[in-house]
Amino acid sequence: MNLLQEIIAHYNHWIIIFLMVSGLYIVVAHGNMIKKLVGLSLFQTSVYLLYLSPGKILGGTPPILSDQFTVYSNPLPHVLILTAIVVGVATIALGLALVVRINEAFGTIEEDEIFAEDEDE
Amino acid sequence: MTGETLIILALLVPTVGAALIWATAWNPNFRETTTLVTAGILFIIVLTILGRFLSGEPLATGTVPIAPGLELGFSIEPLGMLFACIASGLWIVNSIYSIGYMRGNNEPRQTPFYMCFAIALASTMGIAFAANLFTLFLFYEILTLSTYPLVTHKGDDSAREGGRTYLLVLLGTSTVLLLPAIIATAVIAGTLNFEPGGILAGKVSPTVLSILLAMFMFGIGKAALMPFHKWLPAAMVAPTPVSALLHAVAVVKAGVFSVVKVIVYVFGVETLAGAATAGWLLYIAGATILIASVVALKADNLKRRLAYSTVSQLSYVILAAAILAPISIVGASMHIAAHAISKITLFFAAGSIYTAAHLTEVSQLNGIGRKMPWTMGAFAIGALSMIGVPPTAGFVSKWYILLGAMDAQQWIAVGVIIVSTLLNAAYFLPIVYAAFFRAPDKKSPDHGEAPLPIVVALTVTAAGTVILFLFPGVPLALSKMLGLVGGG
Amino acid sequence: MISAHLPALQVVLPLLGAVVCAFLKRGSWAWLVALAVSLVLPAIALGLLYQTYEGGTISYALGGWRPPFGIEYRVDIFNAFVLVLVSVIGAVIMPYAKRSVEHEIPEDKQAWFYAIYLLCLCGLLGIAITGDAFNAFVFMEISSLATYALIAMGRDRRALLAAYQYLIMGTIGATFYVIGVGLLYSMTGTLNLADMANRLAGIEDSRAVLAALAFLTVGISLKLALFPLHVWLPNAYAYAPSMATVFLSATATKVAVYLLLRYFFSVFGVSVIYADLPVSWIFLVLSIAAMFGASLVAVFQANIKRMLAYSSVAQIGYITLGIAIANKTGLAGGIVHLFNHAIMKAALFMALGSIFFRIGSVRIEDLAGIAKRMPVTAGVFVVGGLGLIGVPGTAGFISKWYLGLGAIENGWWWLLMLIVLSSAIAVLYVGRVVEVMWFREPSPVAKKAEEPPLSMLLPTLLLTFATIYFGFDTFLTAHMADLAAQLLLTGGR
Repeated sequence: MNLLQEIIAHYNHWIIIFLMVSGLYIVVAHGNMIKKLVGLSLFQTSVYLLYLSPGKILGGTPPILSDQFTVYSNPLPHVLILTAIVVGVATIALGLALVVRINEAFGTIEEDEIFAEDEDE
Repeated sequence: MTGETLIILALLVPTVGAALIWATAWNPNFRETTTLVTAGILFIIVLTILGRFLSGEPLATGTVPIAPGLELGFSIEPLGMLFACIASGLWIVNSIYSIGYMRGNNEPRQTPFYMCFAIALASTMGIAFAANLFTLFLFYEILTLSTYPLVTHKGDDSAREGGRTYLLVLLGTSTVLLLPAIIATAVIAGTLNFEPGGILAGKVSPTVLSILLAMFMFGIGKAALMPFHKWLPAAMVAPTPVSALLHAVAVVKAGVFSVVKVIVYVFGVETLAGAATAGWLLYIAGATILIASVVALKADNLKRRLAYSTVSQLSYVILAAAILAPISIVGASMHIAAHAISKITLFFAAGSIYTAAHLTEVSQLNGIGRKMPWTMGAFAIGALSMIGVPPTAGFVSKWYILLGAMDAQQWIAVGVIIVSTLLNAAYFLPIVYAAFFRAPDKKSPDHGEAPLPIVVALTVTAAGTVILFLFPGVPLALSKMLGLVGGG
Repeated sequence: MISAHLPALQVVLPLLGAVVCAFLKRGSWAWLVALAVSLVLPAIALGLLYQTYEGGTISYALGGWRPPFGIEYRVDIFNAFVLVLVSVIGAVIMPYAKRSVEHEIPEDKQAWFYAIYLLCLCGLLGIAITGDAFNAFVFMEISSLATYALIAMGRDRRALLAAYQYLIMGTIGATFYVIGVGLLYSMTGTLNLADMANRLAGIEDSRAVLAALAFLTVGISLKLALFPLHVWLPNAYAYAPSMATVFLSATATKVAVYLLLRYFFSVFGVSVIYADLPVSWIFLVLSIAAMFGASLVAVFQANIKRMLAYSSVAQIGYITLGIAIANKTGLAGGIVHLFNHAIMKAALFMALGSIFFRIGSVRIEDLAGIAKRMPVTAGVFVVGGLGLIGVPGTAGFISKWYLGLGAIENGWWWLLMLIVLSSAIAVLYVGRVVEVMWFREPSPVAKKAEEPPLSMLLPTLLLTFATIYFGFDTFLTAHMADLAAQLLLTGGR
């Protein structure tokens, strides 16, 4: 019973872990380069949640000083993750740009086909 | 001039010489003059150092600290002095010979050849005067690297193959065995300086001592202790002057020189004599002597036979050092000198035959002594010295080694020396006999003596072989000083 | 006045330079800007090194926000050493870059190339200088994204593939790093590394902290190409433009090593790393696997750029071996190899880049006999190769000496033997190329080769000279590394 409660109480972690692992799985298992990037994006998103979910304090408000409130949420995780999202967007954009170029150069974006083509050289 | 300046000059002169050889490459006559002048100046410097040294002046340079425990420094001690004299003196003769040989055979790429030669000599001086193991190791490696291009000089498949073996064995043994041995010595002894009595004395257990000894002895691959001797026959693809000066004198003697130096100044003769676990070296050296002699007996290629003879003669030095008696150390030191001058004569003769008649095999030499009396006469003297027959230098050193062996009651060593003397006779005398007393083959080419520089060079060294027997003064004095150091 | 703001300038200058370059049209103008920036940076780094050597750790509050609330730039002797390394390499390759880039990058992309290069430089310097965990992540991604773009600019179409693969691996590594930082942040509530170290006291063995350590280690190890996380490296180095390969091989992995050491010693501390966890053993096994595995693979490469890349993986093994040996001498050996390997490998890749500049190939059959036409460049290759082997008289020997001494101090004689045995493999792969270059008949392309222009030759020679110089004078290398190791092992920050 205790174990079950423990598991349910940390539901946010389970979501994070699920996203994280499925993202990684897609990166590893798929040969299509776009799908790999999708997986990568999923993987990164899980980390955003990892930062954000502990940053939220139940009943807390944004940290604007006021007599009415005594419990504030920490804003720093949000700021950090804003930065991380920017980095993530840049990464995916660069990745997609590379895939476009690869498609132009090799005529395909399937990894196994590219490797097969590479070996003929 | 201070002693320090002289030592540094001895290193600098051949290095600058190498640069000047490159600068004068446009005119072969200038270039060869540069080589000769450099060799001459170097010999004068070494003789000056010798004079100072014999008058009792302590000669050493300051040290340059590199890292904790690592220092670059030079100092003069008897064995190094002897080695430097031999190498620099024979360089002059060898340069004269080289000119005759390289021009006589129209060898390509002569400028790099002479440059590498000069650098090899500079590193030989560095080895001879090294004041500590690091300095020795540094120049030891430079010597390997600077002689590698000389081995692959011809640039064909067999030369590359030989060069590969040469580099792999020499760099391999020094990296895998010698370097860790040096690092271990630095840790155990706290210093790398060569000191009379040995820096490891009283600091290691017999087991560690034995392991370290093995790492040093096999790590110094240039000493060609079996089974790390293959590089020497492989190096015979090089032009003969290289085989003569480097693979009969500078490189191989750097090997046995390092061996003796390590035994005397790193381990200490008494430490080794007191350790029951160090006796194996004697047997390995003895085995190398006998096996190499048997291989030499079967080799038909003349240079190959000489190479295996060198392998066996090098182990004489190691054997003598391993007997660990003061008098045998004298023998070891003397044998470095005696073998140097005799073996260079033999190689000169082999190169002379190749230049004049283009013959390389022992079986082709019937009656050649009638066409090339000077060459084969010199060859005969060199061969006698190898066997150890008076009046040649080889007799003197063998005498001391035998005395030492008997003194220490090392009967196995005595046996090895006697058997190997017979084997030496068996693989050298038939050549001399065939050259003078067999009728020449009918289809043997018509030729006379080799070019003059070659004949001059080999006559000088042959004469030297006899002179060293008649007047062994300075080398013997130096050797005895070393014996005193070794004996404590 | 300026000397107080050196830490900020170290990072801001290349960032501004990158922006300026991005607005320029002509490649040669962008080159001038990049050159000017690159030449100032080593002066700043040396200034910082001098300040820390004389006065101890510098703490710089970026934007005036007091640490641990604001971002702190914190320079001690160790990262000053890394800053010097990165900025000096950056300066030395700029003169070299001009002709090489003109040759390999289309005219309309050259300005972009320099902009990206300066961004990469900015990111690497930023990682090395910052004292803030998340800031380090941002800089890591700045440098990584720039690196992917640099690699993708290689002429071979496989460069795109290499860049893509590196992007996937690198992003996974960076994300692992952020996960680790996130866990540490949730445990300590701070991102300032020094503050974090204090607050970790007492909770080092909680599961979240250990998980953080694991994520950080794997994430950074991907960046530094620790065996077996190195698979992105050989292709990336082989197909990137020559100048990018030179720069990355000498700096990128080294900065990642710095970051790992920073976390291990300054944040978690010696006792967590060595006493509580088998970090030493893990790194020992992986380093030895790298030293042997990657060296053996290098022996069989036909593409010499790829061969050197595998050699880099092996040499990184020596650096991480310093972590495994875990005493001051060994760690100093690892750190000094960081520096020594950087200059040797940069010289080697520069020589190879010059050959590519002349003959358009780095395959071993095309290099045959090239020494006849390019003796100086081929000579550089020999010296650099000797450095890799660790021949005395080269910088590589000093590294091996320290590592060997460190191994013996632990009583690990077998490790000493493994170190020298793996060096012997280096004899094989270096010797193979040297023999082909010097002692074969020239290949058809090699016959037409000639020495590269002076602007390429001189920087190469400078690094070659440094390879020999630092084999004798070790004040700037081994002595500094020794101080850095001392600082790390005593938990200094």
